[in-house]
Amino acid sequence: MTHDNSYVEKDYKVVGSRVKRPDGVDKVTGKARYGADVSAPGGLVGRVLRSPHPHAQILKINTAKAEKLPGVKAIITSADLPDLTDGDQGMAHILENCMARGRALYDGHAVAAVAAVDEQTAAKALKLIDVKYKKLPHVTDVDEAMQPDAPVLHENMFTRGVEPAPTKPSNISARTQMGYGDVDAGFAEADVIVERSYKTEQTHQGYIEPHACLASVNPDGTAELWVTTQGHFTFRNVCSKLLGLEIAKLKVTSSEIGGGFGGKTHVWAEPVALALSRKANRPVKLVMSRDEVFRASGPTSSTSIDIKMGARKDGTITAAVAEMRYQGGAFPGTWAMLGCMTAFACYSIKNNRSIGWDVVVNRPKVAAYRAPSAPMAAFAVESTIDVIAKEIGMSAIDVRLKNVAREGTQAPYGPTYGPIGIENTLEAVKSHPHMRAKLKKNQGRGVACGFWFNIGGQTCVDLNIGIDGTVNLNVGTVDVGGARSSMAMIAAEELGIAYDDVKANIGDTASLGHNDTTEGSRGTFSSGMATIFAARDAIGVLKQRAATMWGIPLDDVEWQGGEAIATGDMHSNLPALTLKEIAAKSGRTGGPIAGHNEVVADGAGMGFASHICDVEVDPETGRSQIVRYTVVQDAGKAIHPDYVEGQFQGAAAQGIGWALNEEYIYGDDGRLQNAGFLDYRIPVCSDMPFIDTKILEVPNPNHPYGIRGVGETSIVPPLGAVGNAIADATGVRMTHAPMSPPRVLSALDARDAG
Amino acid sequence: MRYEKPASAKEAAGLLAKEKGAAFLLAGGTDLLVKLKMGMVEPDLVVDIKHIAKANEIQTTAKGFNIGAAVPGARLTDHKALKKAWPGVVEAANLIGSDQIQGRCTLAGNLCNASPAADSVPAMIAAGAKAVIVGAKKRRTVPVEKVAIGPGQTCLGSDELIESITLPKPGPRTGDAYLRFIPRTEMDIAVVGVAVCVTLERGRVKSARVALGAVAPTAVLVPAAARAIVGTSLDDEALEKLSRACSAACNPIDDKRGTVEYRTRLAGVLAKRAAKIAFLRAGGNS
Amino acid sequence: MSNATLVSTVVNGDAVQFACPTDESLMTALRDRVGLTGVKEGCGTGDCGACSVTLDDQLVCSCLVLGVEAEGRNVGTVEGLAQDGQLHPLQEKFIEHAALQCGICTPGFLVAAKALLERNPNPDETEIRYALAGNLCRCTGYDKIVRAVQAAAKDMRKAKRR
Repeated sequence: MTHDNSYVEKDYKVVGSRVKRPDGVDKVTGKARYGADVSAPGGLVGRVLRSPHPHAQILKINTAKAEKLPGVKAIITSADLPDLTDGDQGMAHILENCMARGRALYDGHAVAAVAAVDEQTAAKALKLIDVKYKKLPHVTDVDEAMQPDAPVLHENMFTRGVEPAPTKPSNISARTQMGYGDVDAGFAEADVIVERSYKTEQTHQGYIEPHACLASVNPDGTAELWVTTQGHFTFRNVCSKLLGLEIAKLKVTSSEIGGGFGGKTHVWAEPVALALSRKANRPVKLVMSRDEVFRASGPTSSTSIDIKMGARKDGTITAAVAEMRYQGGAFPGTWAMLGCMTAFACYSIKNNRSIGWDVVVNRPKVAAYRAPSAPMAAFAVESTIDVIAKEIGMSAIDVRLKNVAREGTQAPYGPTYGPIGIENTLEAVKSHPHMRAKLKKNQGRGVACGFWFNIGGQTCVDLNIGIDGTVNLNVGTVDVGGARSSMAMIAAEELGIAYDDVKANIGDTASLGHNDTTEGSRGTFSSGMATIFAARDAIGVLKQRAATMWGIPLDDVEWQGGEAIATGDMHSNLPALTLKEIAAKSGRTGGPIAGHNEVVADGAGMGFASHICDVEVDPETGRSQIVRYTVVQDAGKAIHPDYVEGQFQGAAAQGIGWALNEEYIYGDDGRLQNAGFLDYRIPVCSDMPFIDTKILEVPNPNHPYGIRGVGETSIVPPLGAVGNAIADATGVRMTHAPMSPPRVLSALDARDAG
Repeated sequence: MRYEKPASAKEAAGLLAKEKGAAFLLAGGTDLLVKLKMGMVEPDLVVDIKHIAKANEIQTTAKGFNIGAAVPGARLTDHKALKKAWPGVVEAANLIGSDQIQGRCTLAGNLCNASPAADSVPAMIAAGAKAVIVGAKKRRTVPVEKVAIGPGQTCLGSDELIESITLPKPGPRTGDAYLRFIPRTEMDIAVVGVAVCVTLERGRVKSARVALGAVAPTAVLVPAAARAIVGTSLDDEALEKLSRACSAACNPIDDKRGTVEYRTRLAGVLAKRAAKIAFLRAGGNS
Repeated sequence: MSNATLVSTVVNGDAVQFACPTDESLMTALRDRVGLTGVKEGCGTGDCGACSVTLDDQLVCSCLVLGVEAEGRNVGTVEGLAQDGQLHPLQEKFIEHAALQCGICTPGFLVAAKALLERNPNPDETEIRYALAGNLCRCTGYDKIVRAVQAAAKDMRKAKRR
């Protein structure tokens, strides 16, 4: 049955209220089980040996001594993971990233792994593995990696997107260009032209739960994997491919996930754990230490960005050019391309061009981090807009409003916007009481906007009605932040029953068709859509059963308020049949009542936000303290306002950390110096004020409830908002994030030196 | 790894003296267990001092305070008399880590871990604290500023442990303060730490002790900084001299927590701020 | 297991015995020997608070306590907060105020918040934030966590007065 996904305005009975989430009790009592919280009989402890060198040839790995250690049951290297990727370069990179193949490409790159009876034995075994390295020159900085004399990581990397194609290999995997119009003509029209260069350092998603899994492979080719992941179906596909398993025979169960933010959309330890289990013929539990998470999972890109922007005195931006360099770690990615898509997306700029350079360096393979690539581009663009505003003497908000993107604006990457909410967010910011709060000495205020496109993707949902009328909803998108309650609310809304009668569950891979990963803010959007359709499917069945029970034609049955109603004059004396009543009789009317839906959820809506940040800067130390913060974001439709607010606040806090103190610090030796929460400084409770939120609802025309994804957008504005606030407080324009105390103090000194 | 919990300091010293392998003392464990987890140490013997009765006591005497080596930071805050007498020492100890860390960390442990950035050490030095050290054969008392001799190194022999930290009774019109600079509001290792203790007479600084942390291989007592403010009413000129003397005494390293330049600069900034607080606590007029 | 030591302790009011290597942390012992996985390892080095427990009513990071140190002492974990099926006011408020998203930091926060309120039944916002600075959360930005603690504190003060 095909369903119409167009938005229909309606009054909601359940959706939009603040109900209690179904997994709350388990999580507050410690019962909920995350990746490392299960064990198997006979289970072994897996540990990974990692390269201490940023770039090296692996000459020899001698595991003989380690293998003799009593209690060691399996040791693997790349020899135990034959290349089954069949020319799929992306898969080949994943394979090599999970286990080095003849060369170590970053400090922390896995070179071997051990499965042993306990932690102590595994640790001892790692020490007994003898690896002979030949150190190679390394490069960790994105700009340095682009220099002609930089050490080259991949001899077969010839920059794509450049004409003529280069004949020498380099570290530049691709050049991308986007935009439209005539930027030269645009700059010629400008009264004011501003050029600035920016740098942002590498950050990590910082989820509190390290990667963890329990893998069990049987000699007959069946296998099970319990894992903390954002996408168990994707993990199943990737692990099957790499291990040579058949998809249906690998059952992947998603544990509760202790944070992901894009960092748990990829595999690192999982193929290794499966390979260890296969070799040892016993289950293997592999948990990353915090040190390993920082060194060897998937942080973001560090970047180097140049912006040139021209505007007329009336505030119209006549031309804008962004040239952006993003490093993807040791393997190529499309991060700069994503940056190009988002850089100018909030605005309608007649002549715009974005150029992106994707570069490889000797750092871990970059993974997505909440609106990947957008925060860095926004830092550069939002900062530059404020410089323009100052130059022409217009307020920061008014310049943005003057150039704001609207329905009908063409996005820099091609498509035309439908109804979008950025103007609404800017107007809401303009009239927000935060703007009237009094600023004290050394305090300043900044505003910035952000954009993220939300994806749809493959989704599959099962809805089953028990004979007592309570409903099981089986969804395949991992619940990262409370979406289970939203799914249950949507099902309850559609069926017309109480929220408490619906129990949402994340099904394992054996119980549902493929579901794409929970990323790209797609969870509530797509599983919500599939839930709606599955519920409508079930309603079809319920109506049919009612028709049978009454002995009337199906056409005379309607579903309203959780009941089947017999319509038409002939049946007006028939009392309505509730869902519970129909369910109770289901065994005799045709069997279990269910609804099902597979959909490639299309038409995801763009999510826009505007933030206001007040900061106080200590002029003698350069230290910044966030004093006040407000998020205004368009959610399309907030299914559960508490969880929507939670996404706004959490994303903003991550952006604030990125803006102030979070960065990967590499030494000249190419080794990561701050692989822990002590020196990788995420915001602590006392660093943050309350984060005020305002949810706007500009319905997404391509979703029955108007839902837009909300999870990612609000990590995008904070870098610009903080930078603009610091500029307001001190007169100093920061161009290097994080804007840590020494950097700010340096900038203050430069200001004072005049 | 063997684990022992002796009942007296003498017994603990005996265990240390006898041990042929790597022996470590365990008080709060907030440094030792981190090193264990990171694979930085592989003890053959761990001697837990928390079962030594005296090590868990805070004694108030006519001469001042004896703080047992096993007393956690959380208990220092709760001790009204200690907090009143030495607010700088107590606030310094309370800056170590989180409430969870406070539940375990100790002054003696902070001192013996000998990190140049240890928070409680400059404050102890400024207050004139001493360490009572027990060995297999003898006892000795050493000023706190002489205990750490380099990063991670102390003057303690292999058979010695600290039994208690003593603080003198503060004279009249004495006030101390400790400030540190960290990028966040909590949970960071000090980039710079400054402790100031002043005693006033007729509104002027009669004597002072100024100690710096995280700007040299060990925490340092800076007599030149003290001299800069003795005899003054802590006017702006005196504060400038203090600031410069502190910056001049810095000998820090560049590392992921701070550059030489930044630390040296901030030592001067914090010295002024700490001195003002100490001055007020001593009863001086602002 | 090398150097296994038998430890007799009390966990959440129940007498418990377990054997663990002498160099094993209390965090690992609680998870792997006693089976209480409410204690979480976020970092293992005392920087994140996800392993928070009380030791004789004192809030500590269990990753920085040796398992053998629990001998003869009282350990309190998140599993001990609810009594006879009744959630602790903090647990109720955390759910009510959506103070958890992924929930991995929640057990640590609950134990730390409970310790705070027992020490200070009427903390202001700043006191709450500094008391909880040792508990990292990456999902919520701390806003709803602080509000939940404030709400629980208010309820608990009310209940005491009755």
